[in-house]
Amino acid sequence: MEKTVFKPKIPIEKQVLTTANGDEAVAYAVKQSYVDVVAAYPITPQTIIVEKYSEFVNDGLVHTEFIPVESEHSAMSACVGAAAAGARAFTATSSQGLALMVEIVYIASALRLPIVMAVVNRALSAPINIHNDHSDAYLMRDSGWIQLFVENVQETYDTTIQAFKIAEDPRVQLPVAVNLDGFFLSHTLENFYMLPDDTVYEFLGGPRKLVNVKVDYFSEEVPLVLNPARPLTFGSLDLYDYYFEHKVQQVEAMKNVPPVVREINEEWYKLTGRRYGDGVVDAYGVEDADIVIVAMGSGAGTIRSVVKKLREKGEKIGLLKIRMFRPFPYSDIAEILSGAKIVAVMDKAIGPGSFGALYEDIAVSLYDLDERPLLLDYIYGLGGRDLPPSLVYRMIEEVKKDLESKSVERKIRYLGVRE
Amino acid sequence: MTVQTLPEFPVKKGEPAYKVWIFEPGWKGEIPLNFNLRQLAEQKRPVLLPGHRLCAGCTAPLVVKLASFALRGPTIFVNATGCLEVASTIFPYTSWAAPWIHVAFENAAAVAGGVESAIKALKKTGRLPYDHVDVIVFAGDGGTFDIGFQALSGMAERGHDVLYILYDNEAYMNTGIQRSGGTPQFASTTTSPAGEVIPGKTQAKKPIADIMVAHRIPYVATATPAHWMDFMKKVRRGLEVNGPAFIHALSDCNRGWRHETDISVEIMRRAVDTCYFPLWEWTPEQGYMLTDRSLAIARNPALKQPIEKYIEVQGRFRHLLKPENKELLKQFQEYVDKVWEDLLRRASNAPK
Ligand SMILES: Cc1ncc(C[n+]2csc(CCOP(=O)(O)OP(=O)(O)O)c2C)c(N)n1
Ligand code: SF4
Repeated sequence: MEKTVFKPKIPIEKQVLTTANGDEAVAYAVKQSYVDVVAAYPITPQTIIVEKYSEFVNDGLVHTEFIPVESEHSAMSACVGAAAAGARAFTATSSQGLALMVEIVYIASALRLPIVMAVVNRALSAPINIHNDHSDAYLMRDSGWIQLFVENVQETYDTTIQAFKIAEDPRVQLPVAVNLDGFFLSHTLENFYMLPDDTVYEFLGGPRKLVNVKVDYFSEEVPLVLNPARPLTFGSLDLYDYYFEHKVQQVEAMKNVPPVVREINEEWYKLTGRRYGDGVVDAYGVEDADIVIVAMGSGAGTIRSVVKKLREKGEKIGLLKIRMFRPFPYSDIAEILSGAKIVAVMDKAIGPGSFGALYEDIAVSLYDLDERPLLLDYIYGLGGRDLPPSLVYRMIEEVKKDLESKSVERKIRYLGVRE
Repeated sequence: MTVQTLPEFPVKKGEPAYKVWIFEPGWKGEIPLNFNLRQLAEQKRPVLLPGHRLCAGCTAPLVVKLASFALRGPTIFVNATGCLEVASTIFPYTSWAAPWIHVAFENAAAVAGGVESAIKALKKTGRLPYDHVDVIVFAGDGGTFDIGFQALSGMAERGHDVLYILYDNEAYMNTGIQRSGGTPQFASTTTSPAGEVIPGKTQAKKPIADIMVAHRIPYVATATPAHWMDFMKKVRRGLEVNGPAFIHALSDCNRGWRHETDISVEIMRRAVDTCYFPLWEWTPEQGYMLTDRSLAIARNPALKQPIEKYIEVQGRFRHLLKPENKELLKQFQEYVDKVWEDLLRRASNAPK
């Protein structure tokens, strides 16, 4: 009998099936998330998000104060000011825009402000290029932000809403960057299911709630906000006697993130019927796999379709999609990959003079295993170069040969480059 | 006018200083602006409490304290990186008895824009426990004339309801007295030293207040902490207008200007007496209006002092007083006169 079939709280019939590109999906998610302040500056391929959002603002559909700033540096600065004053704040950018704002990106996380930012991933100059890779995301890798990567338009919508809840969780209080691949997601129309407005409002628990802190000179706990009733000083000078401890506290806060991300992923599943692995990583066919491919972002979709076909033919191959890049889930990955014989990591950015950032993290994850799988770094897709399934097949053929010979000659390989 | 009651401002013995500045939610009154020094001293507490580590004789804290006497209710302060910021908030201490935020060097105007927008959004959705919250920025000349100018211009153009107070000590003091766009011509700084060939800074001071006037914001003024009543009135007017307001306050730095610590206020006075730093305000309705001592000088030109009066007490201009630099001194005087005459032509209340 089928009586144990899981039924989400908002079953699919009650969700609205619409068509939008990734950027618009972000805008819809932000619209439903009761955001108080949006500050942004145009850059391709992010522009559609704020264009769409400006329509909502000017049509009176949201209460949001929209600040059309004069630069990305000011966009993040305004978000920091707004969030410190108690608002739910959002911005979006790409590539050079992120590079310009990066000074304040670090400050946002260190001040523990739950800002959400859509990073529509695009290559960094020079040469100037407007298409997708992950070099901008790697640029802010150590900034103390939570970095989530999404695969398709549905996940973009879902994750943007979740991001507010993750950021504002009292255990977390850190900013979240939702990374979606420029053009591959930002400009590609897909069908996706949208929740009713009040469901999102309820899921987020209404407007942003403040956390309380204990401060020496007040007898009671006071809200962590610029508050004329209980004044606090934000962003003071920290010399060698405290800076180190404060940085360590930031690391400690990061430790709370994975359980919160998993919880919210589960909660989302109960609400909508959709979940993405355990929220942190999404493993497909990895349990019995000899070969595992590790990837992030929209490329994971292409790779999954190839892996699926090969598995149908009985090949022992799997895909590990990393959904949460920071904080990096080292021990989960060690566990998941402990049975693999060879792991091919796919990095969509290059670090001249070093390996791809994802490769390095995977290598660190595997280092303490008694039996380490062989490890390869495939750099692919730079500046928007396509990743067709044929290229994935070719890569897998290569990896199989390495597995047979039980040795890896060239550790870094470029996938789809003219040599 | 309705009678306004002061919140409990007189300091009670044994009470922590910050308490004086607590505005409980729902507080609707306004603190009247008193123009009596004694009343000021007895009834008002500055938002900048004792214990900060600004140099003795620095006038930056005077700028802040006088400004805070002119507040009209709950206020949030934004500070750019610089002397004032580093010296007043060395963790775990703070001198600020009001909500205060520092983010970075060049973005105080943008941060303030964000704070102001948040206040608007909270008010719109019934979540602001006050009728209104004022936002005031304090930033140095480096963070205003130079690296912070883009954010300031953007904030002004977008019309955020923020009062931006520039305390202009005419150089990057926090990093060790380097020249900025606000440093006057001929001043000797560590990156524009008075050398054998080049006599200090070669370029003129950027006319920042006039540039802000050109933004057509509701209120622009110049001020000095020596002319304290004039300054407080301007701060209050800057808060009362609806939209961005800009106050250019000259602020002495004895470290950078090279003089004893006990004559800072006197030097501010001389800056105005020599017309090196005229006091005026500007509104779109009335245009330029001279105020205080500068208005007196316009009415009675005999009061105008030669520029030597201003520079003779400062080491940064010492080389100008050497006989071989007579020509430079003359140039300086000509420059000051030209700017002053230009202002007289524009000021609607200057005798024609
Ligand atoms: C992006 C950036 N560049 C340089 C600095 C170094 N810096 C800190 S304070 C300062 C000078 C501040 O000068 P000013 O704004 O005139 O204020 P003052 O210290 O004179 O009060 C500089 C250059 C910085 N903090 N950030
Ligand atoms: S260096 Fe100058 S501006 Fe800085 S605190 Fe000292 S006197 Fe004030």
